[in-house]
Amino acid sequence: MMAAMTSLAPDGAKPPFIAPNPITSALVFVGETWRLAAQAAGEILRGRADRRNTVAHMAAIGADAIPIVLLTTLSTGAVLAFYTAGVFVHFGGVTFVGGMLTLSFLLELGPLLAGIMVAARSGASIAAEIGSMVVTEQVDALRSMAVSPVRYLVAPRLLACVAMMPVVGLFAAAGGIAGAFVMSGTQGVTAEAFLESARTYATEWDLVKGLVKTLWFGLTIACVACRQGLRTERGAAGVGRSTTSSVVICIVLIFVSDFFLAQVLSGASVAVR
Amino acid sequence: MSAVEVRSVDLDVPDRRILHGVDMEVQRGEIVAVVGMSGSGKTTLLKCIAALIKPSRGSILIDGEDIVPLPEHRLDRVRLRIGLVFQYAALFDSLTVEENVGFGVVYHGRATRAEASRLVAERLKEVGMAGSERLYPSQLSGGMQKRVGLARALALEPSLILYDEPTSGLDPVIGRTIDDLIVRTRDRTGVSSVVVSHDILSIFRIADRIVMLEQGRILTQGTPAELRQSPLEAVQEFVRQD
Repeated sequence: MMAAMTSLAPDGAKPPFIAPNPITSALVFVGETWRLAAQAAGEILRGRADRRNTVAHMAAIGADAIPIVLLTTLSTGAVLAFYTAGVFVHFGGVTFVGGMLTLSFLLELGPLLAGIMVAARSGASIAAEIGSMVVTEQVDALRSMAVSPVRYLVAPRLLACVAMMPVVGLFAAAGGIAGAFVMSGTQGVTAEAFLESARTYATEWDLVKGLVKTLWFGLTIACVACRQGLRTERGAAGVGRSTTSSVVICIVLIFVSDFFLAQVLSGASVAVR
Repeated sequence: MSAVEVRSVDLDVPDRRILHGVDMEVQRGEIVAVVGMSGSGKTTLLKCIAALIKPSRGSILIDGEDIVPLPEHRLDRVRLRIGLVFQYAALFDSLTVEENVGFGVVYHGRATRAEASRLVAERLKEVGMAGSERLYPSQLSGGMQKRVGLARALALEPSLILYDEPTSGLDPVIGRTIDDLIVRTRDRTGVSSVVVSHDILSIFRIADRIVMLEQGRILTQGTPAELRQSPLEAVQEFVRQD
Protein backbone atom coordinates (compact mmCIF):
# COMPACT_ATOMS: atom_id res chain seq x y z
CA MET A 1 0.00 0.00 0.00
CA MET A 2 2.75 2.41 0.92
CA ALA A 3 4.61 1.82 -2.26
CA ALA A 4 1.45 2.42 -4.22
CA MET A 5 0.61 5.66 -2.51
CA THR A 6 4.01 7.14 -2.80
CA SER A 7 5.09 5.85 -6.16
CA LEU A 8 1.97 7.02 -7.95
CA ALA A 9 2.86 10.55 -7.18
CA PRO A 10 6.28 11.52 -8.49
CA ASP A 11 5.66 15.11 -7.41
CA GLY A 12 3.25 14.56 -4.58
CA ALA A 13 -0.03 14.59 -6.50
CA LYS A 14 -2.75 12.34 -5.18
CA PRO A 15 -3.39 9.14 -7.11
CA PRO A 16 -6.56 9.38 -9.18
CA PHE A 17 -9.69 7.95 -7.59
CA ILE A 18 -10.90 6.22 -10.73
CA ALA A 19 -12.17 2.68 -10.98
CA PRO A 20 -9.91 0.82 -13.40
CA ASN A 21 -11.33 -0.08 -16.79
CA PRO A 22 -9.54 -0.05 -20.16
CA ILE A 23 -10.84 3.37 -21.24
CA THR A 24 -10.19 5.23 -17.99
CA SER A 25 -6.83 3.46 -17.63
CA ALA A 26 -5.85 4.63 -21.13
CA LEU A 27 -6.96 8.19 -20.37
CA VAL A 28 -5.08 8.19 -17.05
CA PHE A 29 -2.00 6.84 -18.83
CA VAL A 30 -2.12 9.54 -21.51
CA GLY A 31 -2.75 12.31 -18.99
CA GLU A 32 0.01 11.23 -16.62
CA THR A 33 2.53 10.65 -19.38
CA TRP A 34 1.94 14.09 -20.94
CA ARG A 35 2.08 15.72 -17.51
CA LEU A 36 5.38 14.02 -16.80
CA ALA A 37 6.70 15.05 -20.24
CA ALA A 38 5.64 18.67 -19.67
CA GLN A 39 7.22 18.79 -16.18
CA ALA A 40 10.47 17.24 -17.44
CA ALA A 41 10.55 19.57 -20.47
CA GLY A 42 10.09 22.52 -18.09
CA GLU A 43 13.09 21.37 -16.04
CA ILE A 44 15.19 20.91 -19.20
CA LEU A 45 14.25 24.32 -20.61
CA ARG A 46 15.18 25.96 -17.29
CA GLY A 47 18.59 24.24 -17.54
CA ARG A 48 18.01 22.13 -14.44
CA ALA A 49 18.65 18.65 -15.88
CA ASP A 50 21.66 17.19 -14.08
CA ARG A 51 24.54 17.34 -16.60
CA ARG A 52 26.55 14.41 -15.27
CA ASN A 53 23.49 12.18 -15.28
CA THR A 54 22.46 13.33 -18.75
CA VAL A 55 25.87 12.56 -20.26
CA ALA A 56 25.92 9.13 -18.61
CA HIS A 57 22.48 8.34 -20.04
CA MET A 58 23.47 9.66 -23.48
CA ALA A 59 26.34 7.18 -23.50
CA ALA A 60 24.09 4.31 -22.36
CA ILE A 61 21.21 5.09 -24.74
CA GLY A 62 23.28 6.17 -27.74
CA ALA A 63 26.89 5.05 -27.92
CA ASP A 64 26.38 1.71 -26.18
CA ALA A 65 23.41 0.85 -28.42
CA ILE A 66 25.11 1.49 -31.76
CA PRO A 67 26.89 -1.89 -32.21
CA ILE A 68 23.70 -3.89 -31.63
CA VAL A 69 21.63 -1.54 -33.79
CA LEU A 70 24.18 -1.80 -36.60
CA LEU A 71 24.19 -5.59 -36.37
CA THR A 72 20.38 -5.74 -36.47
CA THR A 73 19.92 -3.36 -39.37
CA LEU A 74 22.82 -4.76 -41.39
CA SER A 75 21.17 -8.17 -41.38
CA THR A 76 17.67 -6.74 -41.96
CA GLY A 77 18.98 -4.76 -44.96
CA ALA A 78 20.70 -7.85 -46.33
CA VAL A 79 17.59 -10.02 -45.92
CA LEU A 80 15.32 -7.39 -47.51
CA ALA A 81 17.68 -7.11 -50.49
CA PHE A 82 17.90 -10.90 -50.70
CA TYR A 83 14.10 -11.19 -51.04
CA THR A 84 13.50 -8.22 -53.32
CA ALA A 85 16.55 -7.44 -55.46
CA GLY A 86 16.42 -10.70 -57.42
CA VAL A 87 12.75 -10.14 -58.30
CA PHE A 88 13.43 -6.59 -59.48
CA VAL A 89 16.34 -7.83 -61.61
CA HIS A 90 14.15 -10.60 -63.06
CA PHE A 91 11.54 -8.07 -64.19
CA GLY A 92 14.11 -5.57 -65.47
CA GLY A 93 13.79 -3.15 -62.58
CA VAL A 94 17.49 -2.93 -61.65
CA THR A 95 17.29 0.87 -61.63
CA PHE A 96 14.74 0.78 -58.80
CA VAL A 97 16.57 -1.49 -56.34
CA GLY A 98 18.96 1.01 -54.75
CA GLY A 99 16.30 3.71 -54.50
CA MET A 100 13.65 1.41 -53.04
CA LEU A 101 15.94 -0.06 -50.38
CA THR A 102 17.54 3.29 -49.48
CA LEU A 103 14.17 4.99 -49.12
CA SER A 104 12.90 2.05 -47.03
CA PHE A 105 15.69 2.49 -44.53
CA LEU A 106 15.79 6.29 -44.48
CA LEU A 107 12.04 6.75 -44.07
CA GLU A 108 10.82 3.66 -42.32
CA LEU A 109 13.01 0.76 -41.29
CA GLY A 110 15.94 2.78 -39.91
CA PRO A 111 13.84 4.89 -37.51
CA LEU A 112 11.50 2.01 -36.70
CA LEU A 113 14.22 -0.54 -35.93
CA ALA A 114 16.16 2.07 -33.95
CA GLY A 115 13.02 2.84 -31.96
CA ILE A 116 12.31 -0.81 -31.24
CA MET A 117 15.90 -1.51 -30.21
CA VAL A 118 16.09 1.52 -27.91
CA ALA A 119 12.65 0.75 -26.42
CA ALA A 120 13.69 -2.85 -25.71
CA ARG A 121 17.13 -1.99 -24.44
CA SER A 122 17.11 1.45 -22.84
CA GLY A 123 13.36 1.80 -22.21
CA ALA A 124 13.36 -1.46 -20.27
CA SER A 125 16.46 -0.38 -18.37
CA ILE A 126 14.93 3.01 -17.45
CA ALA A 127 11.65 1.46 -16.25
CA ALA A 128 13.46 -1.22 -14.23
CA GLU A 129 15.93 1.21 -12.66
CA ILE A 130 13.29 3.75 -11.62
CA GLY A 131 10.91 0.95 -10.59
CA SER A 132 13.57 -0.55 -8.30
CA MET A 133 14.17 2.88 -6.80
CA VAL A 134 10.44 3.22 -6.10
CA VAL A 135 10.06 -0.15 -4.36
CA THR A 136 13.20 0.38 -2.26
CA GLU A 137 11.94 3.85 -1.24
CA GLN A 138 14.85 5.63 -2.95
CA VAL A 139 12.37 7.87 -4.78
CA ASP A 140 10.76 8.75 -1.44
CA ALA A 141 14.26 9.43 -0.09
CA LEU A 142 14.81 11.90 -2.93
CA ARG A 143 11.53 13.64 -2.18
CA SER A 144 12.27 13.70 1.55
CA MET A 145 15.44 15.65 0.72
CA ALA A 146 13.44 18.12 -1.39
CA VAL A 147 14.85 16.67 -4.61
CA SER A 148 12.28 16.45 -7.40
CA PRO A 149 12.27 12.96 -8.99
CA VAL A 150 11.17 14.61 -12.24
CA ARG A 151 14.17 16.88 -12.20
CA TYR A 152 16.70 14.31 -10.99
CA LEU A 153 15.45 11.13 -12.68
CA VAL A 154 13.17 11.98 -15.60
CA ALA A 155 14.68 15.13 -17.14
CA PRO A 156 18.18 13.68 -17.79
CA ARG A 157 16.72 10.51 -19.30
CA LEU A 158 14.30 12.44 -21.50
CA LEU A 159 17.02 14.79 -22.74
CA ALA A 160 19.43 11.92 -23.39
CA CYS A 161 16.82 9.83 -25.20
CA VAL A 162 15.62 12.66 -27.45
CA ALA A 163 19.18 13.78 -28.20
CA MET A 164 20.55 10.32 -28.98
CA MET A 165 17.66 8.73 -30.88
CA PRO A 166 18.48 10.58 -34.15
CA VAL A 167 22.10 9.39 -33.84
CA VAL A 168 20.95 5.80 -33.32
CA GLY A 169 18.45 6.23 -36.16
CA LEU A 170 21.20 7.49 -38.46
CA PHE A 171 23.37 4.47 -37.72
CA ALA A 172 20.35 2.19 -38.15
CA ALA A 173 19.59 3.62 -41.59
CA ALA A 174 23.26 3.50 -42.60
CA GLY A 175 23.57 -0.11 -41.41
CA GLY A 176 20.45 -1.18 -43.27
CA ILE A 177 21.52 0.49 -46.50
CA ALA A 178 25.00 -1.03 -46.21
CA GLY A 179 23.54 -4.52 -45.70
CA ALA A 180 21.19 -4.03 -48.64
CA PHE A 181 24.03 -2.71 -50.82
CA VAL A 182 26.22 -5.73 -50.18
CA MET A 183 23.42 -8.27 -50.67
CA SER A 184 22.14 -6.55 -53.83
CA GLY A 185 25.57 -7.12 -55.34
CA THR A 186 25.07 -10.88 -55.00
CA GLN A 187 21.65 -10.60 -56.70
CA GLY A 188 22.95 -9.03 -59.89
CA VAL A 189 22.76 -5.31 -58.99
CA THR A 190 26.06 -3.54 -59.57
CA ALA A 191 27.39 -0.99 -57.08
CA GLU A 192 27.05 1.79 -59.66
CA ALA A 193 23.42 0.86 -60.41
CA PHE A 194 22.55 0.72 -56.71
CA LEU A 195 24.14 4.08 -55.92
CA GLU A 196 22.73 5.78 -59.01
CA SER A 197 19.25 4.53 -58.14
CA ALA A 198 19.64 5.70 -54.53
CA ARG A 199 20.75 9.15 -55.70
CA THR A 200 17.79 9.37 -58.09
CA TYR A 201 15.01 8.45 -55.66
CA ALA A 202 16.26 9.47 -52.21
CA THR A 203 16.90 13.06 -51.10
CA GLU A 204 18.28 14.77 -47.99
CA TRP A 205 14.67 15.54 -47.07
CA ASP A 206 13.98 11.82 -46.73
CA LEU A 207 16.81 11.60 -44.21
CA VAL A 208 15.36 14.56 -42.29
CA LYS A 209 11.91 12.96 -42.23
CA GLY A 210 13.37 9.78 -40.79
CA LEU A 211 15.27 11.70 -38.12
CA VAL A 212 12.14 13.67 -37.16
CA LYS A 213 10.46 10.31 -36.52
CA THR A 214 13.31 9.25 -34.25
CA LEU A 215 12.94 12.44 -32.17
CA TRP A 216 9.31 11.54 -31.52
CA PHE A 217 10.20 7.92 -30.76
CA GLY A 218 12.86 9.10 -28.28
CA LEU A 219 10.32 11.31 -26.51
CA THR A 220 7.82 8.44 -26.40
CA ILE A 221 10.31 5.90 -25.03
CA ALA A 222 11.67 8.17 -22.30
CA CYS A 223 8.28 9.39 -21.09
CA VAL A 224 6.58 5.98 -21.13
CA ALA A 225 9.52 4.20 -19.47
CA CYS A 226 9.84 6.83 -16.73
CA ARG A 227 6.09 6.89 -16.13
CA GLN A 228 5.89 3.09 -15.89
CA GLY A 229 8.90 3.06 -13.56
CA LEU A 230 7.39 5.69 -11.26
CA ARG A 231 4.10 3.76 -11.25
CA THR A 232 5.77 0.59 -9.95
CA GLU A 233 4.15 -1.09 -6.96
CA ARG A 234 4.44 -4.32 -5.02
CA GLY A 235 8.09 -5.31 -4.99
CA ALA A 236 10.19 -7.25 -7.47
CA ALA A 237 7.17 -8.60 -9.36
CA GLY A 238 6.00 -5.01 -9.80
CA VAL A 239 9.36 -4.04 -11.29
CA GLY A 240 9.00 -6.91 -13.75
CA ARG A 241 5.49 -5.78 -14.69
CA SER A 242 6.59 -2.17 -15.17
CA THR A 243 9.50 -3.20 -17.35
CA THR A 244 7.39 -5.47 -19.54
CA SER A 245 4.56 -2.96 -19.88
CA SER A 246 7.04 -0.21 -20.70
CA VAL A 247 8.51 -2.19 -23.61
CA VAL A 248 5.10 -3.31 -24.91
CA ILE A 249 3.53 0.17 -24.71
CA CYS A 250 6.59 1.83 -26.29
CA ILE A 251 6.64 -0.58 -29.23
CA VAL A 252 2.89 -0.30 -29.84
CA LEU A 253 3.07 3.50 -29.65
CA ILE A 254 6.07 3.56 -31.99
CA PHE A 255 4.17 1.55 -34.64
CA VAL A 256 0.95 3.58 -34.28
CA SER A 257 2.67 6.96 -34.24
CA ASP A 258 4.84 5.87 -37.20
CA PHE A 259 1.70 5.58 -39.31
CA PHE A 260 0.52 9.10 -38.42
CA LEU A 261 4.00 10.60 -38.70
CA ALA A 262 4.32 9.10 -42.20
CA GLN A 263 1.11 10.91 -43.22
CA VAL A 264 2.09 14.21 -41.61
CA LEU A 265 5.67 14.20 -42.90
CA SER A 266 4.54 13.15 -46.38
CA GLY A 267 2.17 16.13 -46.45
CA ALA A 268 4.92 18.42 -45.18
CA SER A 269 7.30 17.16 -47.84
CA VAL A 270 4.76 17.88 -50.61
CA ALA A 271 4.22 21.37 -49.22
CA VAL A 272 7.98 22.05 -49.14
CA ARG A 273 8.42 20.82 -52.68
CA MET B 1 5.44 26.22 19.94
CA SER B 2 5.51 22.46 19.33
CA ALA B 3 7.86 20.96 16.75
CA VAL B 4 4.98 18.92 15.31
CA GLU B 5 1.24 19.11 15.83
CA VAL B 6 -1.02 16.61 14.11
CA ARG B 7 -4.69 17.63 14.31
CA SER B 8 -7.63 15.41 13.34
CA VAL B 9 -5.80 13.82 10.41
CA ASP B 10 -7.72 11.40 8.19
CA LEU B 11 -6.24 9.61 5.21
CA ASP B 12 -8.47 7.89 2.67
CA VAL B 13 -7.37 5.66 -0.18
CA PRO B 14 -9.83 4.37 -2.80
CA ASP B 15 -10.95 1.30 -0.90
CA ARG B 16 -10.53 2.27 2.77
CA ARG B 17 -9.53 4.80 5.43
CA ILE B 18 -5.99 4.38 6.75
CA LEU B 19 -5.90 7.14 9.39
CA HIS B 20 -8.92 8.19 11.48
CA GLY B 21 -8.78 11.57 13.23
CA VAL B 22 -5.22 11.26 14.48
CA ASP B 23 -4.10 13.90 17.03
CA MET B 24 -0.58 14.02 18.43
CA GLU B 25 2.09 16.50 19.37
CA VAL B 26 5.89 16.49 19.57
CA GLN B 27 7.62 19.07 21.75
CA ARG B 28 11.03 20.46 20.81
CA GLY B 29 13.83 18.07 21.69
CA GLU B 30 11.37 15.34 22.59
CA ILE B 31 11.52 11.72 21.39
CA VAL B 32 8.01 10.49 20.66
CA ALA B 33 7.49 6.86 19.70
CA VAL B 34 4.56 5.75 17.57
CA VAL B 35 3.81 2.09 18.20
CA GLY B 36 1.23 -0.39 17.02
CA MET B 37 0.77 -3.65 15.22
CA SER B 38 1.70 -4.07 11.54
CA GLY B 39 -0.84 -2.29 9.34
CA SER B 40 -1.93 0.11 12.10
CA GLY B 41 -0.90 3.15 10.01
CA LYS B 42 2.38 4.05 11.78
CA THR B 43 4.52 4.46 8.68
CA THR B 44 1.71 6.22 6.82
CA LEU B 45 1.43 8.74 9.67
CA LEU B 46 5.21 9.22 9.56
CA LYS B 47 5.10 9.90 5.82
CA CYS B 48 2.27 12.40 6.33
CA ILE B 49 4.48 14.26 8.84
CA ALA B 50 7.39 14.03 6.37
CA ALA B 51 5.19 15.78 3.76
CA LEU B 52 5.41 12.78 1.43
CA ILE B 53 1.69 11.92 1.66
CA LYS B 54 -1.05 14.52 1.83
CA PRO B 55 -3.80 13.70 4.32
CA SER B 56 -7.41 13.79 3.14
CA ARG B 57 -8.46 15.99 6.07
CA GLY B 58 -6.94 17.67 9.11
CA SER B 59 -3.79 19.67 9.60
CA ILE B 60 -0.13 18.98 10.32
CA LEU B 61 1.84 21.87 11.79
CA ILE B 62 5.61 21.78 11.52
CA ASP B 63 7.14 24.57 13.62
CA GLY B 64 3.69 26.19 13.64
CA GLU B 65 3.15 26.09 9.84
CA ASP B 66 0.32 23.97 8.47
CA ILE B 67 1.84 21.91 5.65
CA VAL B 68 -1.35 20.24 4.42
CA PRO B 69 -2.59 23.06 2.17
CA LEU B 70 0.89 23.86 0.81
CA PRO B 71 1.52 23.20 -2.92
CA GLU B 72 4.29 20.78 -3.89
CA HIS B 73 6.93 23.42 -4.65
CA ARG B 74 6.47 25.02 -1.21
CA LEU B 75 6.67 21.67 0.58
CA ASP B 76 10.34 21.35 -0.40
CA ARG B 77 11.20 24.15 2.04
CA VAL B 78 9.49 22.15 4.81
CA ARG B 79 11.12 18.86 3.80
CA LEU B 80 14.56 20.43 4.14
CA ARG B 81 13.85 20.89 7.86
CA ILE B 82 12.91 17.21 8.27
CA GLY B 83 15.27 14.25 8.16
CA LEU B 84 13.76 10.87 7.36
CA VAL B 85 15.53 7.61 8.21
CA PHE B 86 13.90 4.79 6.25
CA GLN B 87 13.19 1.27 7.47
CA TYR B 88 15.59 -0.26 4.94
CA ALA B 89 17.77 2.88 4.79
CA ALA B 90 16.80 3.63 1.14
CA LEU B 91 20.38 4.53 0.28
CA PHE B 92 21.01 5.31 -3.39
CA ASP B 93 22.59 2.04 -4.48
CA SER B 94 24.53 3.49 -7.41
CA LEU B 95 26.28 6.03 -5.18
CA THR B 96 29.03 5.56 -2.60
CA VAL B 97 28.44 6.19 1.11
CA GLU B 98 30.14 9.60 0.74
CA GLU B 99 27.92 10.56 -2.22
CA ASN B 100 24.83 9.33 -0.36
CA VAL B 101 25.51 11.34 2.78
CA GLY B 102 26.59 14.46 0.88
CA PHE B 103 23.83 14.18 -1.73
CA GLY B 104 21.41 16.72 -0.23
CA VAL B 105 23.96 19.39 0.61
CA VAL B 106 25.62 19.19 -2.82
CA TYR B 107 22.29 19.07 -4.67
CA HIS B 108 20.96 22.12 -2.85
CA GLY B 109 24.25 23.99 -3.29
CA ARG B 110 24.84 24.29 0.46
CA ALA B 111 28.44 23.14 0.11
CA THR B 112 31.10 22.61 -2.53
CA ARG B 113 32.24 19.04 -3.08
CA ALA B 114 35.32 19.65 -0.89
CA GLU B 115 33.23 21.13 1.92
CA ALA B 116 30.73 18.31 1.52
CA SER B 117 33.54 15.75 1.93
CA ARG B 118 34.53 17.30 5.27
CA LEU B 119 30.90 17.44 6.39
CA VAL B 120 30.33 13.82 5.35
CA ALA B 121 33.40 12.69 7.30
CA GLU B 122 32.06 14.47 10.42
CA ARG B 123 28.58 12.98 10.09
CA LEU B 124 29.94 9.47 9.48
CA LYS B 125 32.14 9.81 12.55
CA GLU B 126 29.11 10.82 14.63
CA VAL B 127 27.27 7.65 13.64
CA GLY B 128 30.32 5.42 14.03
CA MET B 129 30.89 4.86 10.33
CA ALA B 130 34.15 6.78 9.82
CA GLY B 131 36.24 5.44 6.97
CA SER B 132 33.33 3.96 5.03
CA GLU B 133 33.19 6.79 2.46
CA ARG B 134 34.27 4.75 -0.55
CA LEU B 135 31.99 1.78 0.11
CA TYR B 136 28.72 1.15 -1.73
CA PRO B 137 25.47 0.39 0.15
CA SER B 138 25.56 -3.23 -1.03
CA GLN B 139 28.85 -3.67 0.86
CA LEU B 140 27.25 -2.65 4.20
CA SER B 141 25.25 -4.68 6.72
CA GLY B 142 21.67 -3.67 7.62
CA GLY B 143 22.77 -1.87 10.80
CA MET B 144 25.54 -0.02 8.96
CA GLN B 145 23.09 1.04 6.25
CA LYS B 146 20.77 2.47 8.90
CA ARG B 147 23.61 4.42 10.45
CA VAL B 148 24.57 5.83 7.04
CA GLY B 149 20.88 6.66 6.50
CA LEU B 150 20.93 8.61 9.77
CA ALA B 151 24.14 10.40 8.70
CA ARG B 152 22.42 11.35 5.42
CA ALA B 153 19.42 12.70 7.32
CA LEU B 154 21.68 14.66 9.70
CA ALA B 155 23.71 16.20 6.87
CA LEU B 156 20.97 18.70 6.07
CA GLU B 157 20.83 19.75 9.76
CA PRO B 158 17.11 19.10 10.27
CA SER B 159 15.14 20.31 13.28
CA LEU B 160 13.03 17.13 13.21
CA ILE B 161 14.12 13.54 12.50
CA LEU B 162 11.65 10.81 11.66
CA TYR B 163 12.77 7.20 12.12
CA ASP B 164 10.85 4.39 10.43
CA GLU B 165 11.42 1.09 12.28
CA PRO B 166 15.06 1.89 13.13
CA THR B 167 15.75 -1.43 14.87
CA SER B 168 13.71 -3.86 12.77
CA GLY B 169 15.68 -6.73 11.30
CA LEU B 170 18.70 -6.04 13.53
CA ASP B 171 20.09 -8.25 16.28
CA PRO B 172 19.58 -6.94 19.86
CA VAL B 173 23.16 -5.68 20.21
CA ILE B 174 23.07 -3.63 17.00
CA GLY B 175 19.51 -2.55 17.83
CA ARG B 176 20.76 -1.15 21.14
CA THR B 177 23.54 0.72 19.31
CA ILE B 178 20.94 2.35 17.07
CA ASP B 179 18.83 3.26 20.14
CA ASP B 180 21.86 4.89 21.79
CA LEU B 181 22.55 6.76 18.56
CA ILE B 182 19.01 8.16 18.44
CA VAL B 183 19.23 9.40 22.04
CA ARG B 184 22.79 10.74 21.59
CA THR B 185 21.75 12.60 18.44
CA ARG B 186 18.87 14.25 20.29
CA ASP B 187 21.11 15.13 23.27
CA ARG B 188 23.84 16.59 21.06
CA THR B 189 21.73 18.56 18.55
CA GLY B 190 18.46 19.11 20.43
CA VAL B 191 16.59 17.73 17.44
CA SER B 192 12.98 16.57 17.90
CA SER B 193 12.37 12.94 16.96
CA VAL B 194 9.47 10.71 15.99
CA VAL B 195 10.28 6.99 16.08
CA VAL B 196 7.90 4.51 14.49
CA SER B 197 8.45 1.01 15.79
CA HIS B 198 6.85 -2.17 16.99
CA ASP B 199 9.97 -3.01 19.04
CA ILE B 200 8.63 -2.36 22.54
CA LEU B 201 12.00 -2.94 24.24
CA SER B 202 13.63 -0.27 22.14
CA ILE B 203 10.72 2.14 22.62
CA PHE B 204 10.82 1.93 26.43
CA ARG B 205 14.56 2.63 26.30
CA ILE B 206 14.43 5.79 24.22
CA ALA B 207 10.96 7.40 24.22
CA ASP B 208 9.90 10.39 26.28
CA ARG B 209 6.33 9.75 25.22
CA ILE B 210 4.55 6.94 23.40
CA VAL B 211 1.59 7.15 21.02
CA MET B 212 -0.19 3.88 20.35
CA LEU B 213 -2.08 3.38 17.11
CA GLU B 214 -4.66 0.70 16.39
CA GLN B 215 -6.24 0.39 12.95
CA GLY B 216 -5.42 4.00 12.13
CA ARG B 217 -6.82 5.44 15.39
CA ILE B 218 -4.93 6.65 18.44
CA LEU B 219 -5.62 4.12 21.15
CA THR B 220 -3.69 5.89 23.89
CA GLN B 221 -0.70 8.14 24.47
CA GLY B 222 1.49 8.98 27.45
CA THR B 223 4.87 8.45 29.06
CA PRO B 224 6.34 4.92 29.15
CA ALA B 225 5.38 4.72 32.86
CA GLU B 226 1.78 5.74 32.07
CA LEU B 227 1.54 3.12 29.34
CA ARG B 228 2.73 0.40 31.71
CA GLN B 229 -0.15 1.36 34.04
CA SER B 230 -2.76 1.57 31.29
CA PRO B 231 -5.92 -0.47 32.00
CA LEU B 232 -6.48 -1.08 28.26
CA GLU B 233 -6.11 -4.75 27.33
CA ALA B 234 -4.60 -4.00 23.89
CA VAL B 235 -1.94 -1.80 25.52
CA GLN B 236 -1.13 -4.40 28.17
CA GLU B 237 -0.85 -7.05 25.50
CA PHE B 238 1.66 -4.87 23.68
CA VAL B 239 3.56 -3.94 26.85
CA ARG B 240 3.83 -7.59 27.94
CA GLN B 241 6.30 -8.13 25.08
CA ASP B 242 8.77 -6.12 27.18
